[in-house]
Amino acid sequence: MPPPQRTFVRSEFSPALPPPLNVAGPFAWVRANLFNSVLSSILTLLSIAFILWITPGLVRWLLIDAVWSAPDGDACRAPGAGACWAYVRAKITFFTYGAYPRDALWRVDLTLVMGAGLAMWLLWPDWPRKGIAAVLFFAIYPVVAFILLHGMGDGSRAVVNAAANAFNSDVLRDVARNSLPIIGTHLWGGIFVSLLVATVGIVVSLPMGVLLALGRQSRAPFIRFFCIVLIEVVRGVPLITVLFMANTMLPLFVPDAWTPDRLMRPLIGVALFASVYMAEVVRGGLQAVPRGQHEGAMALGLSQSKMMRLIVMPQALTIVIPGIVNSFIALFKDTTLVAIVGVFDFLRAIDTQRLDPAWNGPTISTTGYAFAAMFYFVFCFAMSRYSLMMERRLAHGRKR
Amino acid sequence: MTDQVHHLAPRTPLLTGERIRSAIWQIALLVGLVWLAWSAVENAARNMRARGIPTNFDFWDRTAGFDINASLIPFSAANNTYGDAFYVGLLNTLLVGACGVVLATILGFLIGIARLSSNWMVGRLAGGYVEIVRNTPLLLQLLFWYNAVLTPLPGPRQSLELPGGVWLNNRGLFMPSPDFGPGAGWAGIAILAGIVGSIVLNRLSNRKRLSTGKGFPVLFPALALIFLLPIAVFMAFGSPVTFEYPQLRGFNFTGGARVVPEFVALLLGLSLYTAAFIAEIVRAGILSVSRGQTEASSALGVSSGLTMRLIVIPQALRVIIPPLTNQYLNLIKNSSLAVFIGYPDLVQVFAGTVLNQTGAAVQVIAITMAVYLVISLLTSAFMNWFNRRIALKER
Repeated sequence: MPPPQRTFVRSEFSPALPPPLNVAGPFAWVRANLFNSVLSSILTLLSIAFILWITPGLVRWLLIDAVWSAPDGDACRAPGAGACWAYVRAKITFFTYGAYPRDALWRVDLTLVMGAGLAMWLLWPDWPRKGIAAVLFFAIYPVVAFILLHGMGDGSRAVVNAAANAFNSDVLRDVARNSLPIIGTHLWGGIFVSLLVATVGIVVSLPMGVLLALGRQSRAPFIRFFCIVLIEVVRGVPLITVLFMANTMLPLFVPDAWTPDRLMRPLIGVALFASVYMAEVVRGGLQAVPRGQHEGAMALGLSQSKMMRLIVMPQALTIVIPGIVNSFIALFKDTTLVAIVGVFDFLRAIDTQRLDPAWNGPTISTTGYAFAAMFYFVFCFAMSRYSLMMERRLAHGRKR
Repeated sequence: MTDQVHHLAPRTPLLTGERIRSAIWQIALLVGLVWLAWSAVENAARNMRARGIPTNFDFWDRTAGFDINASLIPFSAANNTYGDAFYVGLLNTLLVGACGVVLATILGFLIGIARLSSNWMVGRLAGGYVEIVRNTPLLLQLLFWYNAVLTPLPGPRQSLELPGGVWLNNRGLFMPSPDFGPGAGWAGIAILAGIVGSIVLNRLSNRKRLSTGKGFPVLFPALALIFLLPIAVFMAFGSPVTFEYPQLRGFNFTGGARVVPEFVALLLGLSLYTAAFIAEIVRAGILSVSRGQTEASSALGVSSGLTMRLIVIPQALRVIIPPLTNQYLNLIKNSSLAVFIGYPDLVQVFAGTVLNQTGAAVQVIAITMAVYLVISLLTSAFMNWFNRRIALKER
């Protein structure tokens, strides 16, 4: 006797379900992204409330109630006045150049333009001949910038004079005698000093960082030990203590005649600090170069130094371009700390000028800080976008 | 032809052998360092003698002669030494570091998770916060909090009153301070006992679950142990705690506990700044766990909360912990920015005031650096231990 038939076979299609209500269009997007659950809806409403609470006041303060032009602080002291942009306009030269002599500002401008041009050349991926740019930026530019900013000392005057005699040129003789008088670093200040500190940091820290990273991986035990100790000690202490050390201890360690300039000391501290951080970035790049590249180079009979120079370093440095830019951003933000040893950087310029009796008022501090925040934000945000772009480009080439 | 053969022939002249070359470099470095150190020491000795700078640690026991506006241990200008000032600074640094680490971690995790929220608006708000905070200098933020937010607060007579008898004005944050009577210590011991008991309970439950497949409830007994037990003990001793409320007397508040505005500004600035970096680390950590893990977990019928707790977080932590350690170290090192707003931390008190008064630059800076190094090494040792403990054991 066969078992009873229990199989069920459907004999017609089940009725079609109604189409889903909202899968596309703005309403569906709002539902999916703003109100997809009870908690999410509450959060959305809270966020909207927060934005409504903060935006009108901010816009009023920054734009509508702001004082755009005024001869002094009276208009800004009026009750209900917003940001005092007139104060920023009045002080912008000081914020940019510090007390640098007003008739010599072109020297700073020229230096900044040259630096920006060279940096663009180095950083823009499609521009050719990076080698020349690197030599210009890391070797020639520092010397030119120093002579432009600081002025011609006896040494450089003698050089120009010799050239003038050799070519028998009156123009050069005139240059040797009169142009580029020395401007002491006690007059330097503002944005230009912030950029200077950051640039010196990056110019010194790249080669030093490469050397330290190579030393850390060296097979020579003493060199490796020295590099590890230096890197770990400097990374373990705050930048402020390094600056204090450079400021108070450095003059003790050298003969009196060599005592570094007031601005030179923090520069040495910043350069040391930046170098050890750069060393760790470069080490990451060195470790990311596959072992096969070393072995391939050795198999071709390249010497140790040629292998490093021609095979490993170019790849390692390309990989770490985003890392280098990120550490430059960190360095640029850290330059604000040099104020502790009396250097008149941008933030210190802002922080001292807010007490100027002609302008002093309840909104001056906040206006100054808002201006500084915008400046740093624009600079750092642009750099970080660049770093992201490079990261994507590099990932593109490595994708399989 | 002979020319080419000559080129291909192995060349091992004396100075290019790898071992000899490395030995030469090392000797050169050693000689250079010894010469540098020797001339530095000699110059320092001569310069310090010429300028009358002390070369020993005698200043440590001398009377300080300056006051410190916030101190965890009693300190007065007349009775305490430079050595005591060092401890005051060190404790203040550790205090702001510890509070900052806790606050920054909580905020950072919240913001990091908010950035990954499926809610578009919350994600954008968190993203905006991270971008703004990470792209402006910490010093600027500290100065903003101190000079633009806390200093313009009204004076003591127009203090803002916060709930719970707390007052806020430009002299700081005034809170009621608890005054413990006899027997309050037993309540503290009961809290500790409750925590230990809960851990033991959890262990027992896990062991039973492993052997029988079914544990016993832990959450509510543990909560009872931690909260009800101390409260019961506290009641049994007749609630031996009274609060001393701050009172406005004349021009300032007296009584209660006071938190100086410098501390508030520093703590706010440090935690908000570091939280933005921690948020990015948390986001990267959670994104590093592949979607397949979540999908497999929900295919096994594990609820989304448990998936987060048992599947995603343990794997994400593996990625999060090392950079998180770096951020903790950064926070502690950045607390030295206290010197800009006058909070008496190690750098402000010791490398600032003590150095200026005694002139003992080399000793003071060496001690300061050594302290930060030790803190850094201890923190990273602890975090490495923690990292090893939570690391997934693979095969």
